[in-house]
Amino acid sequence: MPILEVNNIRKFFNNNEILKGISFSLEQGEVLSIIGSSGSGKTTLLRCLNFLEFAEEGTISVNGKKIYTGEKNVKINEKDIRTKRLHFGLVFQSFNLFPQYNVLKNITLAPELMKLDTPENIEKKARGLIDRVGLSERINHYPCELSGGQQQRVAIARALAMNPDILCFDEPTSALDPELTGEVLKVIKELKDSGCTMIVVTHEMEFAKNVSDKIIFMSDGIIEETGTPQQIFDNPRSEKTKAFLSKSLEKI
Amino acid sequence: MEKFLSVTLDLSKGFGMTLKIFALTLLFALPLGLIISFGSMSKIRPLRWLTRTFVWIIRGTPLMLQLIIIYYGPGLLYNLDVLERFTAVMIAFVINYSCYFSEIFRGGIESVPKGQYEAGQVLGMTKPQIFFKVILLQVIKKIVPPMSNEIITLVKDTSLARIISVYEVIWQAQNYIKLEGLIWPLFYTGAFYLAFSGILTLIFNKLESKMSYFRS
Repeated sequence: MPILEVNNIRKFFNNNEILKGISFSLEQGEVLSIIGSSGSGKTTLLRCLNFLEFAEEGTISVNGKKIYTGEKNVKINEKDIRTKRLHFGLVFQSFNLFPQYNVLKNITLAPELMKLDTPENIEKKARGLIDRVGLSERINHYPCELSGGQQQRVAIARALAMNPDILCFDEPTSALDPELTGEVLKVIKELKDSGCTMIVVTHEMEFAKNVSDKIIFMSDGIIEETGTPQQIFDNPRSEKTKAFLSKSLEKI
Repeated sequence: MEKFLSVTLDLSKGFGMTLKIFALTLLFALPLGLIISFGSMSKIRPLRWLTRTFVWIIRGTPLMLQLIIIYYGPGLLYNLDVLERFTAVMIAFVINYSCYFSEIFRGGIESVPKGQYEAGQVLGMTKPQIFFKVILLQVIKKIVPPMSNEIITLVKDTSLARIISVYEVIWQAQNYIKLEGLIWPLFYTGAFYLAFSGILTLIFNKLESKMSYFRS
């Protein structure tokens, strides 16, 4: 049984159809990369999965259980959505750490508010996560004292602290200086090795090719092509995929 | 010297009234301002426009005029009993300042990036948790400088209360001109204002440096 099944998701912004029926599924422990040019709907898709946007049509199932059915003009139940959000974690392009809290508190805040565990256990787990992303020496630092790459690693630890079934990344390295992308991608790769199920929207083609089990190429709100990295990168069938890849891989 | 002491004592009494207007205005106008700022950011369009129009009217007319209208208006227009002078002052000051504060709050709240709310949401926090645990301190940090400006203006604006004969410090000093032909007590009131706004400045500086450990 797939851990995630997305069926025919459609999303409109002011009568503009942004997602035109997206369907895919993901197995436990798989890494899915979503590539495609800006405006193709990649980020909107992630936001629909995390219920930051609400799809007007389509269903989302986690572990075989339907958790969302898109319907127009249906009032969204806040509380209901909040629990469902917890199936997913999201790491933002711009990190969005809480500036007034130090590294440790950024990670423990939400679990403490949600009373996931005793404060001692939450802190212990947070320390473990901070260690995992290699920031033990920065545990008492504030976000403004960290580099972009370090901030993003804290953001990953923060998302993991909520034990999501599926961790989503929205262009996690796009806001970073080139020399800092490596440390973040390394952490994501380590997560894959530990069996974490992930969806990564990315412009890092090398990373997508080396780390993913599955690739989706999106264009104009539809899945233009999907397959293994080998299929997509070595034998793209769609003309649009070919054009996109040749542009992205172009060496200057 | 004796005169100086008795004038000081007299002016202190007047300044007591000044402080009372100041403190009560802050006490009521700060929370009311926050509520008004929510109104002016509301998704309900009529409420938003109503609030913004109200803020425009209050900010767009002199506080002195508002004082006079609130004090004399009910009696002249509807033949009601005039309000207690001090009550009229408080109503005018609280309404006026809550409108100014509301715009400062709005600026502060709107300056917090959307990503902060979204980060809280995807971590499963409730809306109140997001507001109080994530947003509020960032807003406070943003609004301390404009707030300190507005609050120091309030110290001096209290002198307008004298327009409807509430006996604050300037009124006391003017009495010396009328009754004894002494002008220096009026100049002396400046020292009271200076001292008090000096203290406020120190407090606000302290507050700012307390929050300088983070940047938003």
